[in-house]
Amino acid sequence: MPSFENITNAIHTWLTTHLSAGWAFFIELVLVGVAAIALFAALGLVLVLMERRVAAWMQIRLGPNRVGPKGMLQSLADTIKLIMKEGLTPEGADKFLFNVAPYVVMIAAMLLLAPIGFARNLQIWDLNIGVLYISAISSISVIGILMAGWASNNKYSLMGAMRSGAQIVSYELSAGLSVLAIVVLTGSLRISDIVQSQETGWWIFKGHLPAIIAFVIFIIAVTAETNRAPFDLAEAESELTAGFHTEYSGMKFALFFLAEYINIFIVCAIGATLFFGGWMPFHIGHWDGFNHVMDYIPSSVWFFGKTFGLIFLIMWFRWTFPRLRVDQLLNLEWKYLLPISMVNLVLVTLVAIKQWHF
Amino acid sequence: MVEEIGTNEEGELVINMGPQHPATHGVLHLVVTLQGETIKKIEPHLGYIHRSIEKMCESLTYRQFSYVTSRMDYLSSHINNHACAMCVEKGLQVEVPPRAQVIRVMVDELTRIASHELWWGAMAMDLGAFTPFFHAFRERENINDIMEETCGARLTMNYIVPGGVMADIHPNFQKRVKSFIELFRSKIDEYDELVTGNIIFQNRMKGVGWISAEDVVSYGCTGPVARASGVHSDIRKLFPYEIYEKLQFNEILETGGDSFARYMVRMRELRESVHILEQLVDNIPEGEFQAKTKAVLKLPKGEFYQRVETARGELGVYIVSEGATTPYRIKFRSPGFANLSALDHIAAGGKLGDLVASMGTLDLVIPDIDR
Repeated sequence: MPSFENITNAIHTWLTTHLSAGWAFFIELVLVGVAAIALFAALGLVLVLMERRVAAWMQIRLGPNRVGPKGMLQSLADTIKLIMKEGLTPEGADKFLFNVAPYVVMIAAMLLLAPIGFARNLQIWDLNIGVLYISAISSISVIGILMAGWASNNKYSLMGAMRSGAQIVSYELSAGLSVLAIVVLTGSLRISDIVQSQETGWWIFKGHLPAIIAFVIFIIAVTAETNRAPFDLAEAESELTAGFHTEYSGMKFALFFLAEYINIFIVCAIGATLFFGGWMPFHIGHWDGFNHVMDYIPSSVWFFGKTFGLIFLIMWFRWTFPRLRVDQLLNLEWKYLLPISMVNLVLVTLVAIKQWHF
Repeated sequence: MVEEIGTNEEGELVINMGPQHPATHGVLHLVVTLQGETIKKIEPHLGYIHRSIEKMCESLTYRQFSYVTSRMDYLSSHINNHACAMCVEKGLQVEVPPRAQVIRVMVDELTRIASHELWWGAMAMDLGAFTPFFHAFRERENINDIMEETCGARLTMNYIVPGGVMADIHPNFQKRVKSFIELFRSKIDEYDELVTGNIIFQNRMKGVGWISAEDVVSYGCTGPVARASGVHSDIRKLFPYEIYEKLQFNEILETGGDSFARYMVRMRELRESVHILEQLVDNIPEGEFQAKTKAVLKLPKGEFYQRVETARGELGVYIVSEGATTPYRIKFRSPGFANLSALDHIAAGGKLGDLVASMGTLDLVIPDIDR
């Protein structure tokens, strides 16, 4: 079967035979960086278009359908427009922080692409603490949001940033605890190990009820962490006009926008990896014939299929639910989700120790 | 360094919501004093869309002035015209033909449905749910089509004139209203499924923006806002006009007094209006659609007052006549103005998100407040 390993290995051998080891390593780093940026941009464009089409479909509209075939180039046209727009910096703003904030948010999103396994043998960095790395890096974006809100010198931005800070810090706890459930079952923090452990079935099926509870909490928590409706209090356009990015325009606004969509992709990819086996095809125990047929579908199709399925779910939330109020949001986390996920973690540990899972 | 963010002497944050703000649905300017997220005080500032309609009316004849009133509460333009026409008829002592009366009530109720639908969509959007807005507009479009055929306009209609209605109904009118009733009955259930039963929505609305029956009376709130606190205020029942006496319909009363009660009053009113339309659609009497009136109307010397129930509450038209072709003085008692005055009382003490919910359920139309 064609594997991405063949391609990467071929490039690696070609580079090492023609160049010194140092240069080959440097060029490989550049290639990986370029690939990551290309993926970043492509995902941004695809997800923005997808959001608009999903929204249109739910709202009995057509959505973008003029630029390019079936409106596919609409987000490209929008990007060009945003690049050419003037990036205003409001008077009285802290210019340094104001200009740095979008990049902090974007770089945090970009770094998160590293440990995700996109397909069999296609992973930028398979570090042994992958899950911990993701939890750690995903907390950085809140600093960017706080910077943006504070530096804008705008009351709406400040309030949006404060809400966002409270929200992301709280929901990180539940998200972390529900991720831990799978770590307990797998016994490893390495993403490739977690995917490999699902060779006989995905954790959502193998892990009984605790895995399902963990998944539901995970989806709620990451929706809140990415500031998406019904938890979009940080931007809450009917209350705070646009929240923390009220004062941003042009490309700096686009970076926030892009980072939001990349964050959605990443959290859904993590959800797909932990609960739905990542690139692992749909396998049932030791039904070798069935599993073999499933293996014929390329692993990248499995990965992106699952991820986009979850992305669709999160978009569905956005276009259906009203927004929570800020105190209700924190109540939900501290009074319901956190206790439930703690009890759930104990349950998962019991399941893991007693080997009750399949 | 960032300069000191604007606070007042007590260290409270003062923000200007509006005149351009997504939640005020128009050019309303609220100066909101906040302590963190909690609202201390709300001060509405008016005047951004003042067109001196009352003064304009004084220089227009009795046939002309009602056209301006369509631009007041543009969501119930028929009902505004209706109030003006009835006030003039009171002065002229004209008997309106039965056919015209039925048509008037029917277009009034259609307007009420259209207005409530727009409110429903806009309020859901204030709470962060976008999709209901489009669903509401899909059905509202049907009403606009009916209006376009019969009245020739989709928003500012000017169909009801002193003496009756301007023109007879379009031959398709009854058929279209019937199919609309059938469609709308199923759609209201859909609205309930989408929004009313949603747990997030109920948590946002219940117990938020509470106002007691006494305060409703002292602030002069009318319409659904008053009825949600259990105050009888339906002009169609209290001071029946046209054929409302003969119709079977209920005055919708809720006792909650909070945003959810106001929401439920309007949702139930939608069903009630459909019920009224059902009674009338097959019973439009034959005959004249307009009474014979003189070309130039002159009201006798005196004062005339007429009130009607618009989608937002009680609209009063007060005409002082000196016997000339134009009124000496006109005063409108608009429902939105009185309802807005209670906003500080309703929303102070709540969170900023509650202000949006309360404002949504007051159903403010800014040109109606600021004539």
